[in-house]
Amino acid sequence: MDLQQFWFVLIGVLFTGYFVLEGFDFGVGMLMPILGKGSDTRRRVVLNTIGPVWDANEVWLITAGGAMFAAFPEWYASMFSGFYLALLLLLVALILRICAIEYRAKINDPKWRAWCDIGIGIGSWIPALAWGWVFANLVRGVPLNSDRQMVGSVWDLLSPYALLGGLATGILFALHGAVFLVLKTGGEVRVDAQRIVRLLLVPTAVIVGGFGVWTQLAYGAGWTWAVLGTAVLGLVLAGAANAAGRDGWAFVGTTLTVISATALIVGSMYPNVLPSTISPLYDLNIYNASSTPYTLKVMSWAALLATPVVLVYQGWTYWVFRQRLTVEQIPAPTGLPLISKD
Amino acid sequence: MDIVDVSRWQFGITTVYHFIFVPLTIGLAPLIAIMQTAWVVTGKEHWYRLTKFFGKLFLINFAIGVATGIVQEFQFGMNWSEYSRFIGDIFGAPLALEGLIAFFMESTFIGLWIFGWTRLPKLVHLATIWIVAFGVNASAYFIVAANSFMQHPVGARYNPETERAELESIWALLTNNTTLAAFPHVVAGAFLTAGTFVAGIAGWWMVRNARSGDPAKLEDARVMWRPVARLSLVVVALAGVAVIFTGDIQGKLMFEQQPMKMASAESLCHTQTDPDFSILTVGTHNNCDSVTHVLEVPYVLPYLAEGQFTGVTLDGVVDLQQTYNVEYGPGDYRPNLFVTYWSFRAMIGLAAGSVLLLLAGFWVTRGGRVPDQRWFSWLSLLAIPTPFLANSAGWVFTEMGRQPWAVVPNPTGDPNIRMTVQQAVSDHAPATVVFSLAVFTLLYGALAVVWFYLIRRYTVAGPDEPTRPTADDGPDGPDGKHRKSEEPAVEQLSFAY
Repeated sequence: MDLQQFWFVLIGVLFTGYFVLEGFDFGVGMLMPILGKGSDTRRRVVLNTIGPVWDANEVWLITAGGAMFAAFPEWYASMFSGFYLALLLLLVALILRICAIEYRAKINDPKWRAWCDIGIGIGSWIPALAWGWVFANLVRGVPLNSDRQMVGSVWDLLSPYALLGGLATGILFALHGAVFLVLKTGGEVRVDAQRIVRLLLVPTAVIVGGFGVWTQLAYGAGWTWAVLGTAVLGLVLAGAANAAGRDGWAFVGTTLTVISATALIVGSMYPNVLPSTISPLYDLNIYNASSTPYTLKVMSWAALLATPVVLVYQGWTYWVFRQRLTVEQIPAPTGLPLISKD
Repeated sequence: MDIVDVSRWQFGITTVYHFIFVPLTIGLAPLIAIMQTAWVVTGKEHWYRLTKFFGKLFLINFAIGVATGIVQEFQFGMNWSEYSRFIGDIFGAPLALEGLIAFFMESTFIGLWIFGWTRLPKLVHLATIWIVAFGVNASAYFIVAANSFMQHPVGARYNPETERAELESIWALLTNNTTLAAFPHVVAGAFLTAGTFVAGIAGWWMVRNARSGDPAKLEDARVMWRPVARLSLVVVALAGVAVIFTGDIQGKLMFEQQPMKMASAESLCHTQTDPDFSILTVGTHNNCDSVTHVLEVPYVLPYLAEGQFTGVTLDGVVDLQQTYNVEYGPGDYRPNLFVTYWSFRAMIGLAAGSVLLLLAGFWVTRGGRVPDQRWFSWLSLLAIPTPFLANSAGWVFTEMGRQPWAVVPNPTGDPNIRMTVQQAVSDHAPATVVFSLAVFTLLYGALAVVWFYLIRRYTVAGPDEPTRPTADDGPDGPDGKHRKSEEPAVEQLSFAY
């Protein structure tokens, strides 16, 4: 494996980490209004399952972005300037979500919380739908000209395939979040989350399966048949384990599906990172978009040394907060009233 | 509107906004770690109350700092794609290292700190806030290293075939003399900000409690607020000395490496031997020769530039402009003289707010005194924003002083490694960038109001009552193995969103 291939895989791994970890964060945010309907304590149970970890989960995206910049600057430059409005939308959503999660409990007032819940909703639904759409476009190709600039209109990015990709990540993350909630909660919230898992399983299998088969047939390589298989296997496992009340295995199942789906997408792109729909001559691939061997070598050392440490301490965080949450464990609101008495 | 102007406004607004919150985070994390350490070591409950109180303010600030930081990671590619192509080989490395080493650390351990009060052993929990404090400072190092490359590119060569700058030595990049001077300056500024913030709030609370007439509150002022005020004033004093010292080193480097920036900072139009340091000028600054120097001090400027009082010749803006025209082709190489001149003075002048608070604070709390003077309470509040403004002014000076360059040519390096902002910008329709500029400005404006409202509310609400028991430090299991017998069967979370 040469350094370009190594970095392509590593960025794939960073995005996989992001989708696995933020996948259920988005799912939790998407399901919060449904599972918490009518009870603020229940909404807080749902939100606090990701309380200590969501911020670190999000850093996988920041680091993936930094790694793209360092290893494939041409990819970073063309993609980020090309997907301008999509990224603007994503950034607004992420900003709203961060502030809404952190500020929700700061003021003890129903209206304040309602606004924060809207922020959490927007910040979870938009990225969950948008990431699949963006990545489907990366597989399908974009109108990239000889200057490595994306030209054409936004309609080029709204193909049925790309829109199906958005739908696929949207519903997959919702299911992943529901399975995570079954694993992390107890009592009534867990029972309701199980019901949502059952409700989502078949539509997820249809949409994600459809997108997977389309990707495989149109863009896939030989070996990606295998990851398509494990993606399906993951969903089957999730469904069977959920029915059997084996919450940990159900979560392993959806995690496997998210990993496989990312591998399928990234594997179908290889060796391109941004194929051009105008001419194959303008394709950006891992060789014409990469940094120099020296930069890649330095960054490889940094990644090989730092990533295991990150995995260990992030894993430890999940261990520390492994307890299931129930409504009884949620303390009374400690926020200040909306209007000061001073 | 010109695409370069809109993109520059957008980068300026989003970065200045980000850097309102960043210095408070960088400086406050170690201060809170110190407070918590004091609690763990002495067992005194007021240190626990202070840790929790400033911890809340810290988290309100941390959230918005994170939210505004994400934009920065993407903006290089979105608005400055030609720049990203040209220096990505070099510039991407510190950004990726920042994510890998610093961001993961601070974001993971802040989660452990927030939610771990009763879940982690006391010393492990204390370690988490120290790791956060280390992480936030490490991230500052990497991003300052990235910025310093733009100011003074080192460790790189130009490849004429790809027309890109290529990294030659990561070590040279990470030990750039500009980085080694700018990083301590930025951190010292951050400690000055956080020290002033804590001292200002403590000062205001001392007076408020002392005037309340309630003996319990007076006791709070004496036992809790006075020590933390004096502690943070010591931080202000140390940070102040560090700011001056590192600023002086940085200034000398800039005279050598970025003479145009320093000539603009002084409104020095023509090359001159032993010029006076200008304190006040009048005139339409962007016409260099129209500037009238009103107030000047001799000997200061030669010392700032080269460490000696006489015998120093400094290049003027007009002469540098001619030199650059020859070296880099025709063009306007002058930064905005008005902004560079006044932001430099604002940066230095605004630090006076912290100095005033420092002197007055030590005076009114001398020999065990608890101040009740109303003027001191006003001074405490008014001093708080001054270091924030000084930080902004300093960055505005640094960044606008390098214009029109995105990558300033290194006078002793490869002259091909240079790029103007004109060449760096993405090829967007101006309307697209005007739209995103409007979106960010409105969103940030609204969030700033929320941030200020929350900080104000929580400052005025004060720490929780002293009757509140300090958190149980014992570890517990999911089945309650280690739970003490008198506690209820279902233990509530010590913190929940």
